This record gives sequence, C-alpha cells and structure tokens, in this order.
Amino acid sequence: MGKFNKSGGRTMPELNTSSMPDMIFAILFFFMVTVTMRSEELQVKFKLPSASEVQKLEKKSLVTYINIGIPVDPRLGTGTQMQLNDKLAGIDAIQDYIAQEKASLNEADQQFMTVSIKADENTRMKYISDVKQALRKAYALKINYSARKAEN
Amino acid sequence: MAKSKKKVPGLNSSSMADISFLLLIFFLVTSSMDTDTGLTRRLPPPPQDEQNLQEMEVQRRNLMVVLVNSQNQTMVRDQLGDEWYANITEMVGRGGKVGLKDKVKEFVTNPNNNPNLPELIEQDFGEPIGTVLTTADHVISLQNDATTSYKAYIAVQNELVKAYNELREEAALKYYNKHYADLLPDQQEKINKLYPQRISEAEPKNYGGGN
Repeated sequence: MGKFNKSGGRTMPELNTSSMPDMIFAILFFFMVTVTMRSEELQVKFKLPSASEVQKLEKKSLVTYINIGIPVDPRLGTGTQMQLNDKLAGIDAIQDYIAQEKASLNEADQQFMTVSIKADENTRMKYISDVKQALRKAYALKINYSARKAEN
Repeated sequence: MAKSKKKVPGLNSSSMADISFLLLIFFLVTSSMDTDTGLTRRLPPPPQDEQNLQEMEVQRRNLMVVLVNSQNQTMVRDQLGDEWYANITEMVGRGGKVGLKDKVKEFVTNPNNNPNLPELIEQDFGEPIGTVLTTADHVISLQNDATTSYKAYIAVQNELVKAYNELREEAALKYYNKHYADLLPDQQEKINKLYPQRISEAEPKNYGGGN
C-alpha cells in the first residue's frame, strides 16, 4: 500500500512565466491602438437626458462636440455656458469653430461630419435652438443629441 | 593568448512583466472606451433669403403638430383633434391616455384610410415589398417654447423615433421575416424608404407663458 504515500513528496512544477511579458505587451498594444486619449478637460458639468432609442456614434474622428451646461468653476457664473474645445464660448463662436473643425478633416469626410450636442437635461430650449440655428448657418447639418441609454 | 570563453551575463527580465503591467494600467486608466450614444437628426439647410422665408406647403391632413410648452406639457394636433399630455408619464402612454407613440404610428400608417389622416399614395418599393400604400407626404412638426426643458424635448423626440422604429421593426418582420437590426444595410434602406422619418424641427415660438 505504499503506493499512495510516497515519501519525499512531489514538488509543484513551476509555472513558466517567461511568456508573461509578451502577453501583457500584446494587451498593452491592443489598448494603445483601440483607445483615444481624453483630449479635453470638461469645464461645464452636464447630466445627459436619457432616451431608449439611442444609436451609437460611429467614427469618432468625424464627431465634433459641443458641451452645454453649468460651469464647473462657480466663478465663471451659474448660468448655462457652452464649451468649444477647451474654452467657454458664446453662440457666435460656433460658426468659426465648425469651420475650423471642418477644415481639419479631409475633403471626402467633410460631408459626414457630425456635431454631437452634449447638453444638460435642464437646459432651456432657447439655448439649444440658438445653437441649432448657428449650426444650420455653418452648414453642419448632421447633429446628434447626446443621450444616455435607458429603458423608458 | 587563448581567448577564454566569456559568458554574456543574462539580462534579468523578471521585472519586465511588472513594467508592462504598469504601462497597461496607465493606458487603462487614461483611456475612455465609452461610446457616445444619442439621437441623430438632420437639420434643414439655412434659408437662402432671410427676407422671404417660404413656408412649406403642407396639406392640413398631412400635418401633425407636436408642441412642447414651457411647463413641459405636450400637445398633439392633427385633423382628428387635439390631445394634451400634462407630463412625460402621460406622454409615453402610462397615464391612461393613448401615448404619443401610438398616435404617431396611427398617423404615419393611416391603416383605415381615414380622410382626416395623411393621404395614402401608392408607391413601388421593389422586391420584396412591392407596391404598397404609404403616407409619403406626412410631416410631423415638432415645436417647442423658449423655456421648454431639454429633457422634455428629448423625451418627445425619443417617442417619435420609437414610433418609427417600431413601424420599421414590424415591416422588417413582415417582409423579411427578420428583426430590423439583423437586416443587411440595403434591406434596411428599403425599410427606411417605406417609413421615412419626416420630422421637422421648427424655429421656436413663444406660445403664452414663459419668456
């Protein structure tokens, strides 16, 4: 019966970890390639409205963002403000901003440019309408009302 | 001078995994994987001549007006009459009234050829839909007040889109025996042509209350 109690005890075979760095590098490169870095810091805070019929925005490089909300820094006021790129701006700055963003795309893609309006759910429609009118004038006609996915 | 074989000292790579882990974690933290979602709309091009804004000629029966006022109440008006929704709950059809979505669906399809609902026009949509009657000229005009909240506006937009999405889903099941999401792009396009989204976002007006 000595079959089952071998003296000398079996040692656990060691796991070969030499390929571990390679694996980690592979994951690392995957993330480096698929990911876009956070480019701008938000200066306005907003809570997006929720909707059930939302669609995903594809091709992030073609999307221009307009953030509308209340400034994070209370010294900048407590009313609704708009952030274009990394500074607060007025409605009249939209046309220049859109023209600039459009110019940075290559010509074939310009017609597919989408403007994503990220606005706080308590914003007055007056503000949104003004933004929409400015976008129309700037010929940025594809817009997207940013909203959270929710069942309702 | 016999060269003594020098051994190249092996590089200790046991910390390599740690370094690459660090890099990995750095990228995980700084990156944003979140995809943006939202309701996509197309704005009309700007009016060519500010002086004479030509009004689009729409037959009365083809027009449905959805108005969101400053108290976030919704009013729907078509030739069948008016409907008031005092809040969002009623608007989505949970307050005992027929929801906005079902009203829009009835308006867009006009199943019983009601003379007070949009005109049905015969149109050929190609295989496998064939020639069917649709309300090709219907228009849903979405109007809001200056002080309407964005939340209420999006809720109404969402109901409109939902109505169209449900109609498209029904059509997809009927003609292709598949869910709309599983259709090929050109098949989806055919269904979209069958039920085109004709939502007009008018310039805001100040309808009593709020300024």
